[in-house]
Amino acid sequence: MLQKDFRRLALILLFAPFALWIILLILLPHIGMIALSLREKVAPRVYEYGFANYMDFLNEPIYWNTLLRTGSMSLLVTALALLIGFPVAYYIAKLAGNRTRGALFLLCLIPLWVSDLIRAYGWILLLRETGVLSSFLQWAGIVDHPIEFLYNDVTVVIGLVYTVMLFMIVPLVSTLDGMDNSMIEAGYNLGGNGFTVLRRIIIPYAMPGIVSGCIVVFMLTAGSYLTPILLGGKNSSWFTEQIYNQFISRFNWEAGAAFGILLLLFTSIVIWLGLKLSGQTLANTVAKS
Amino acid sequence: MTNTPTYDLECIDIAKSFGAVRAVKGVSFNIPSGSFFSILGPSGCGKTTLMRMIAGFEEPASGDIRIKGRSVLGTPPNKRNVKMVFQHLALFPMMNVFENIAYGLRCNGVKNAEIKAKVHDVLERIALPDVAEREIHQLSGGQKQRIAIARCMVLDPDVLLLDEPLGALDLKLREAMKIELKQLQHQFNTTFIYITHDQSEALVMSDHVAIMNQGLFEQIGTPQELYHHPETAFVAGFVGDSNRWSGKVKASDGSGGTVETDQGLQMVFTAAGGRTIAEGTAVEVFVRPEFIHTVRRTEADGVPGEADNRMDGVVDSLLFNGANSRVLVRSSRGELIEADVTLTGHGDLKPGEEVCLFWSSRQAMCFPSEGSA
Amino acid sequence: MLAQDKATPFLWGYRLYVAAFFVFLAAPLVAASIFAFNDSVFPALPWQGFTLDWFFNDSEPKLGMFHDRRLLRGIYYSFVIAAFVSTLSVTVGTTNAFLFVRGQFPAKNFFYILMIVPLVIPGVILGISILVLASNTANFLENRFDMELELLRPGIFLVVMGQFSFITTITSLVITARLKKFDESMEEAALNLGASRARVLRTITLPFLRPAMIAAGIVAFLVSFENFNTTLFLVGSEAPLTITMYDRVAKVGSTPVLNAVSFALIIGSGLLALVSILVQRDKTVR
Repeated sequence: MLQKDFRRLALILLFAPFALWIILLILLPHIGMIALSLREKVAPRVYEYGFANYMDFLNEPIYWNTLLRTGSMSLLVTALALLIGFPVAYYIAKLAGNRTRGALFLLCLIPLWVSDLIRAYGWILLLRETGVLSSFLQWAGIVDHPIEFLYNDVTVVIGLVYTVMLFMIVPLVSTLDGMDNSMIEAGYNLGGNGFTVLRRIIIPYAMPGIVSGCIVVFMLTAGSYLTPILLGGKNSSWFTEQIYNQFISRFNWEAGAAFGILLLLFTSIVIWLGLKLSGQTLANTVAKS
Repeated sequence: MTNTPTYDLECIDIAKSFGAVRAVKGVSFNIPSGSFFSILGPSGCGKTTLMRMIAGFEEPASGDIRIKGRSVLGTPPNKRNVKMVFQHLALFPMMNVFENIAYGLRCNGVKNAEIKAKVHDVLERIALPDVAEREIHQLSGGQKQRIAIARCMVLDPDVLLLDEPLGALDLKLREAMKIELKQLQHQFNTTFIYITHDQSEALVMSDHVAIMNQGLFEQIGTPQELYHHPETAFVAGFVGDSNRWSGKVKASDGSGGTVETDQGLQMVFTAAGGRTIAEGTAVEVFVRPEFIHTVRRTEADGVPGEADNRMDGVVDSLLFNGANSRVLVRSSRGELIEADVTLTGHGDLKPGEEVCLFWSSRQAMCFPSEGSA
Repeated sequence: MLAQDKATPFLWGYRLYVAAFFVFLAAPLVAASIFAFNDSVFPALPWQGFTLDWFFNDSEPKLGMFHDRRLLRGIYYSFVIAAFVSTLSVTVGTTNAFLFVRGQFPAKNFFYILMIVPLVIPGVILGISILVLASNTANFLENRFDMELELLRPGIFLVVMGQFSFITTITSLVITARLKKFDESMEEAALNLGASRARVLRTITLPFLRPAMIAAGIVAFLVSFENFNTTLFLVGSEAPLTITMYDRVAKVGSTPVLNAVSFALIIGSGLLALVSILVQRDKTVR
């Protein structure tokens, strides 16, 4: 009997920090934000409850265009990151020798822990009008006047792909690493060519890693703030910028909260769709990487 | 408890269930001091649960466990003087050999100087005096085994439990460790309780063996008793190899009789355990391969007097394994019989030869079939 | 592209691609680092010669990072925040690991998902939601009880809470993975040898978890140090380094002192990441 009481006590003690964390820092704040998003300031200290903030969003094309733009560009970034990252991850996991594998993986990891800010700053130094690339092109005689590479969509996409790339590669490498080489050999042995082996064996096996990478990458891109602002300039029209503006510049917290909820809903729906379409669950993808 | 207890361990009718599964259903036994006792049974028979109850990791639902005459029910595992060698040894990889062995002593608050002396003493006794400073992953399989035992023995336990510790070793090492374990037990003169599903481990090392099946002890006895005088069909089938027939008793005279097998073979038998088996009872008959003599049909006249059972057949194949070679004989009724043969390399039996098999009724052990009238 | 020994031109092309990828990966970091050593007031070409002024010079116009008060204060706050966040999140991560590996309770899978969720919530939203709750609570306390709780106003405490809210998921996952590999018979063996439960935890289980706890702590530290999105909304007057640097980039424009800081951070993060990998690659894993 004592043993049982002890176990129950231990369980409660272990549950307490978890519950405090989830309730106080995740659930309550989000409930509070939903509540806040549902009220509108009609006069100082006078509030009305309703969907006015959401109606504003729908009635103002700039807002929902920005959200759609953020979403579609995030999807594009995710797809590019997967296309560019998969061969690299495959090389690291399967083709590189034992020693180079560790070194390459480490090379991948080091930029992972360097701030977004520094990475974006590095790109600025490379791409701006007085930057390295522009100077190099002039020096090489390819162009005769400085070129501004910053402040356009292509640069934003490149910068975002760069920023999130490592979150794609790391889960891919760890799933591909767990794959037995003999599975690939068996695929060839049974008469498959390179393409069918890739499509029928490697990709299905790597699916949890692919989905995990895509979820994290999509979420990070849609929620990113620094890269679009710094590389795209003030007119980058990124949705997080709208949230920031409502909160900090206009001090309209109600609208900002509504925008936050919309962004959260939007990313959640995309992630949910991605999980449904690929037949994976949150627990066996993100939790494993 | 005024009289000195004669048993290191007594289990009195202990039982344990997990949900609807009754893992152990009322097991009683006593183990005298200083003996090597094995519990042998197929996997899932409840032997591990039984051992975990003795060690204190599980509480029995009913019954009593006494160590040196004192009940240990309700005593937590860290207060019982029963030590255990785990299936995968569970040596602590973050400590070296010295610290592993010293762990229990430190828990008991023994002084450093004494710990040092005791650890070195026990390392001497297991013949590994120089490994104290090694890390666990630097040891060989056999050395790990001995360290795991030393880690327990340094605490002077009343009883040492061993949970299939040889399972992870390769065959050669396992054979060597069997002998070594027996010697270690003799040297420490402590009661060892050894759990295994490997009959040869149990038979070679033990003073007494308990055969466990489906949560019950089928029989407790010396290895020889179990082998030659099994009390149940399960024991006869589980311990050693046997040829096995099902049949019905045709005639009974109390201690034996005649049986007709399902294939129609008439056989004279002895009822196991001195029981009487009535006529018409469905029975199982077991005959060990080494008690069956195989003779070429042409030489069948020199029949040994005792061999009152005879069967004709054709050699199906030879199973050559040195001194343990066997012959597979297909009888005229179609069943396959195994018999030990000595193969000398000259004029041995060949597949296709006609042979006669002989065995004595004393070696034909007969049991009523389970679950039938 | 799959077999080890296929046509060489293809393999060489593949290798070239991987090499190009790593150049792409390194380019901005190299650019950010290299101009820290350029003897010019602009982080741009042409190269004016090597200097360490951007680290050590003590006067304008080339004020080095080690003499720049605001940057140093930013680094200090970042350190304080990161230290709190990693300590807290490793502690809760460890209890979470025990909860989910050892605990048996109803709806365990649901709670496990709940534990992962913070990782897939955009950091901006975590930031504003915590800001909203804290401000509402603070306002409520002020209006109703006339109590002023500075703690709930933007500042270090809220930044720590905001970062803690999602970093704990990371530490929990790292430590859970390690605890799952633990052979529970080791705990039973220690109990059997006479150790109390507390002693088993102290001498067996926690030492086994230590590499994962250290690695999780380093990861938490780095993620906290570089965090921007969540911090942005919660920051008060004590701005950590990323916020200070962002203000500089956005308002003052780039100066090589930022390159010096970047260089120091790249080296520092790299070394820490290396340590975390070395710690995890230990000999006790079977």
